[in-house]
Amino acid sequence: MTSSSGAELVRRTAAELADALTAGDVSSVELTEAHLDRIEAVDGAVHAYLHVDAEGALSAARAADDRRAAGTPASPLDGIPVAVKDVLATKGVPTTCGSRILEGWVPPYDATVVARLRQAGLPILGKTNMDEFAMGSSTEHSAYGPTRNPWDLDRIPGGSGGGSAAAVASFQAPVAIGTDTGGSIRQPGAVTGTVGVKPTYGGVSRYGLVALANSLDQAGPVTRTVLDAALLHELVGGHDPMDSTSIDRPLPSLVEAARRGADADLSGVTVGIVTELTGEGYQAGVLQRFEEAVQLLVKAGAEVVEVSCPTFVHALATYYLILPAEASSNLARFDAMRYGLRVLPDDVPAPSAEEVMRATRDRGFGDEVKRRIILGTYALSSGYFDAYYGQAQKVRTLIARDFTAAFERADVLISPTAPTTAFRLGEKLDDPLAMYLNDLATIPANLAGVPGISVPSGLADEDGLPTGVQVLAPATADDRVYRVGAALEALLAERWGGALLDRAPELEPDHRDKE
Amino acid sequence: MTATVELLSFEEALARFDPALGLEVHVELNTASKMFCGCSTVFGAEPNSQVCPVCLGLPGAMPAVNAKAVESAVRIGLALNCEIAQWCRFARKNYFYPDMPKNFQTSQYDEPIAYDGWLDVEVDGRTVRVEVERAHMEEDTGKSLHVGGATGRIHGADHSLVDYNRAGIPLIEIVTKPVRGTREEAPAVARAYVAQLRELLLGLDVSDVRMEQGSLRCDVNLSLAPAGSDRLGTRTETKNVNSLRSVERAVRYEIARQAAVLDGGGSVVQETRHWHEDTGVTTSGREKSDAEDYRYFPEPDLVPMAPEQDWVERLRTELPEPPRERRARLQAEWGFSDLEMRDTVGAGALTLVEETIAAGASPAAARKWWLSEMARRANEQGVEVTELGIAPADVARVQALVDEGRINDKLARQVFDGLLAGEGTPDEVVAERGLAVVSDEGALSEAVDAAIAGNPDVAEKIRGGKVAAAGALIGVVMKQMRGQADAGRVRELILEKLGS
Repeated sequence: MTSSSGAELVRRTAAELADALTAGDVSSVELTEAHLDRIEAVDGAVHAYLHVDAEGALSAARAADDRRAAGTPASPLDGIPVAVKDVLATKGVPTTCGSRILEGWVPPYDATVVARLRQAGLPILGKTNMDEFAMGSSTEHSAYGPTRNPWDLDRIPGGSGGGSAAAVASFQAPVAIGTDTGGSIRQPGAVTGTVGVKPTYGGVSRYGLVALANSLDQAGPVTRTVLDAALLHELVGGHDPMDSTSIDRPLPSLVEAARRGADADLSGVTVGIVTELTGEGYQAGVLQRFEEAVQLLVKAGAEVVEVSCPTFVHALATYYLILPAEASSNLARFDAMRYGLRVLPDDVPAPSAEEVMRATRDRGFGDEVKRRIILGTYALSSGYFDAYYGQAQKVRTLIARDFTAAFERADVLISPTAPTTAFRLGEKLDDPLAMYLNDLATIPANLAGVPGISVPSGLADEDGLPTGVQVLAPATADDRVYRVGAALEALLAERWGGALLDRAPELEPDHRDKE
Repeated sequence: MTATVELLSFEEALARFDPALGLEVHVELNTASKMFCGCSTVFGAEPNSQVCPVCLGLPGAMPAVNAKAVESAVRIGLALNCEIAQWCRFARKNYFYPDMPKNFQTSQYDEPIAYDGWLDVEVDGRTVRVEVERAHMEEDTGKSLHVGGATGRIHGADHSLVDYNRAGIPLIEIVTKPVRGTREEAPAVARAYVAQLRELLLGLDVSDVRMEQGSLRCDVNLSLAPAGSDRLGTRTETKNVNSLRSVERAVRYEIARQAAVLDGGGSVVQETRHWHEDTGVTTSGREKSDAEDYRYFPEPDLVPMAPEQDWVERLRTELPEPPRERRARLQAEWGFSDLEMRDTVGAGALTLVEETIAAGASPAAARKWWLSEMARRANEQGVEVTELGIAPADVARVQALVDEGRINDKLARQVFDGLLAGEGTPDEVVAERGLAVVSDEGALSEAVDAAIAGNPDVAEKIRGGKVAAAGALIGVVMKQMRGQADAGRVRELILEKLGS
């Protein structure tokens, strides 16, 4: 295999690679090696990965090749490499959640999503970078250094799943798994020109997903095409008895919906524009691309209506009460008693368990994590519970009702995914509230548990950076986001004359000497 | 122990104050697997051998409710005459402690599965209704072992080890409402409640209810109010009260202690106290129970439970006979007097007697062994008669051996010694220890002849019709035979040979 063919291979979609594997034109080992080479070449600059498991990936690739040779592939994507966000437990492979406090922890078990990837034969290339415990919108809060946006290395790749999005955008993985608590799959997708899906809450097992906020978290696909997302989603989704909140019903056919959408015929589909999620606070170029997308939908035969969801203006405040509350409790387990970092205080000769816990948590958690633990602890405190957590739960119900009402008028809702294109590293690091505003449009879906997709909507005129459009559907109607997402993707490809990522600058291979 | 604590005599205390009792009983369910994972619940396994990502609280692991535990909780609720929640949730109780893998306990807060029930308990033939506030589900914590100190407590230890085998075992916490108006019977009511709750749980077969193994743990809340007052005083919560006897003693002690505090013009501190079985006192715990803010909130990893009405009703119809009804029925079947029955129940031996009878012994024999011999041994060892380690079937077999004339009562006691020493079945103990009464007529006859020859004056009296004097000769023969003879047969032989 020559390096030029390897460079060509990594640019193909998972669906194309699956066809090539089926036809016997390429082996999974070749594919996996091509991606490992690409990681070697460019990840020094991008830093999408926290851990690369070359050995594990190649061994899985060999097994996939054996199955293909025997005519018994484990799944349509058997042999296609995948990257996994470092928030999912991987047996035998370090899992840090981007935190010092889990440095060196090697889980003794696989998350259900990971187990399903393995069963389906996908070699796991490695674990991708993220904001510490998924708290952030830029991946700058990773304890292991930020990931950079392949479109401009001085800019953020979004977050918290910046690693998965950047890996896919820079062809270091054909597909990846992310997690989305308030937009951590969709917003990175928007700012890196990739596709990201947050499934219906309960649609993909959370077992083994290190919880940020249990009632909001959802794992989903990060890909370069809508069809690839559907293929991956079908593999990892579906009921899991280990996750009591997972839905005990078969998934709708997502691949079929994506293929159908690619015909770009949306006659009979009503698309609702959420007035509260457009306009103020959005970058002009983002809005321009969004309005263009709306016009394309009309052209494809969709009926477009405006809908109002008045309670969405409270979504951010609601989110920043519920999330820290759940997170403060979830993160209590990191106490140095059983696994992970253990810091003995310097000034105490015979420290008690409490003193070791305190020293470890002080050194092991970053500032953003501490900030949210404090917020959450406060929100749950006796005397404040009703005013904060209790009230937030009520508003959450109202937000869900707004969705219900909106979905009575429209089959899907759309909005820009993120208010701006990728900002510069460091730009919002000292202003948590500005950082939180990135998720304005994505958070309502998590609060209501409805599915959403972000598909690239083009490049903003003012900075030439990717923008995204978000499509939301009622709970369990994930097929709708695939159908409309695929239609938008086809229409936009026509508009831009091909895949957007083809316009991204070439990354210089890393020629630094290896130490 | 620190400074001596002043106590008021129990009688004085009750002359001035009315005690109000509250009991919180934690019951470990006997489900095969834990509350939220598939790990085994067997007691006494190698430390940390019965654990998994879920009960170790590993990052990412999620709980899944054990349906059998929910069923047990509902059955307990029904047996305690509780309302069963139509909809309830688990909640997280947040606090840091090394034996808690997640640093929160998955429990129930304001939505217990069962609430507003009662249990009628009998104390000295009188019935006292104890109202049950709630019965809720939760998971047990791990167990800390403090190494290097003199006391086994954390104070003075140089390191601690944690065994997580117990972490995640399903618990039901049963909380009573304040029990008032029991006056001097308060200690006895507390004991009777726990004893009769245990009996009820045993009947439901939902728990081993072994206090010494911690599968039934009791916290005693106690407060005093001035005699005749309607208000409740400040309460203390005494933990570590792990035997029926301790329940009674702890209540009595707290009444005397609090009365002395109040009588001296002081006020009772609301606090957790620890019971010390060895010294029979309570001492102040470090933490104040109500100063902790547990930051409860609904467990987001579990969906609400909504027990179906039909299912609950089916469980209700399948409940075993309630203990009171059962006692009435058994008393009639066995022909026990009220006093005999009360003694049997009071000794905690009802089921043991029932099982002994079921294994073939007569009611009188079963009662005799359990209420005298076994009760004495249990008392000597400071344990409950159920905890002695003697099986009802073995008692029945020992009685059968007596009935067959193979051993006598005196030898039977030696058989029990052997059983307790782990020497095997009653028959094996008899064989191994050579305890069978001598039924060799030749040897017996020789011994009787020797006794007559050696005590001519006594023999003469018997010949003269003083049959009562035979006792002296029987003693001689029994001594000769080292007790291993059937005294009745010896007597027969003596009278036969002396022509009386």
